[in-house]
Amino acid sequence: MAEMPVIDPKKCDGCGLCVGVCHLNALAIVNNVITIIETVECDWCTDCEAVCLTGAISCPFEIIIQEP
Amino acid sequence: MAVQLEFLKSILYFSDLGLAELESIRKLVFEKTADRAEMVLLEGESAANLYFVASGVVKVFKTSAEGKEQILSIVRPGESFNDVPVFDGGPNTVSAQAMGPVLLYGIKKNDIEAILRNHPQIALNVIKVLAGRVRHLVSLVEDLSFKHVIGRVAKILLKYVGGEMGQGPRLTQQEMAAMAGTAREVVGRSLKALEEEGAIKLDRHRIIITDKEALQKIMEVSS
Repeated sequence: MAEMPVIDPKKCDGCGLCVGVCHLNALAIVNNVITIIETVECDWCTDCEAVCLTGAISCPFEIIIQEP
Repeated sequence: MAVQLEFLKSILYFSDLGLAELESIRKLVFEKTADRAEMVLLEGESAANLYFVASGVVKVFKTSAEGKEQILSIVRPGESFNDVPVFDGGPNTVSAQAMGPVLLYGIKKNDIEAILRNHPQIALNVIKVLAGRVRHLVSLVEDLSFKHVIGRVAKILLKYVGGEMGQGPRLTQQEMAAMAGTAREVVGRSLKALEEEGAIKLDRHRIIITDKEALQKIMEVSS
């Protein structure tokens, strides 16, 4: 399964700002908590993380090295 | 859809006003919608309106001569943008773009002056909003003035790269910003600059160091 943003449901207040900014429509509010629609492949633009005031959704990066 | 009185009351500018006063202001407010990525304001153009975000999110930014974008703030529901040029008469200081579908409430520049004359108690709220804006921008200037931020970001990438034995820790841009002593937006811009330099490649959730030597040089030169 493709890597997806990390959600902390305890921090989510259901404001829905992240749903509005996701240009791939990969997010939805279900039972007042943000949920990822896993069939949509997130492109890691990190806009959802940028607009979230509570830190409920985050887009951590893995740092790897690619030898030439 | 009619401009909602309850929403107007929630805006800091108008928070102390009674219903009758809010009703008189509501007549001067117009609605504007914007689709995702639609430009709401262009930097340098003559300022015509003050905007409040009713729903959705707007990105406020400046663009350099080379076309690089620096985000100054993210404007959420209840917050305003384009205040400064409306009050000082100059052109738009920033551009603004809808990050998703947005509904804006706007007030024309001339009507703002009439509102302030008719409801002078609003002036103190305006001062508080602008003071908060100045505080935020001073902090951003401090973050941006340190030219070696890109070197600190390079250092963080080299420090936390996954080693031979397994994966390194995953870091959000906010965490990198906290380590580098800067703002999240500056980290995002630094990562793009490092990619343009050819030192790294951004691939969804991966930051791939493609030229470790170049990254080390950037770290050393910028510190």
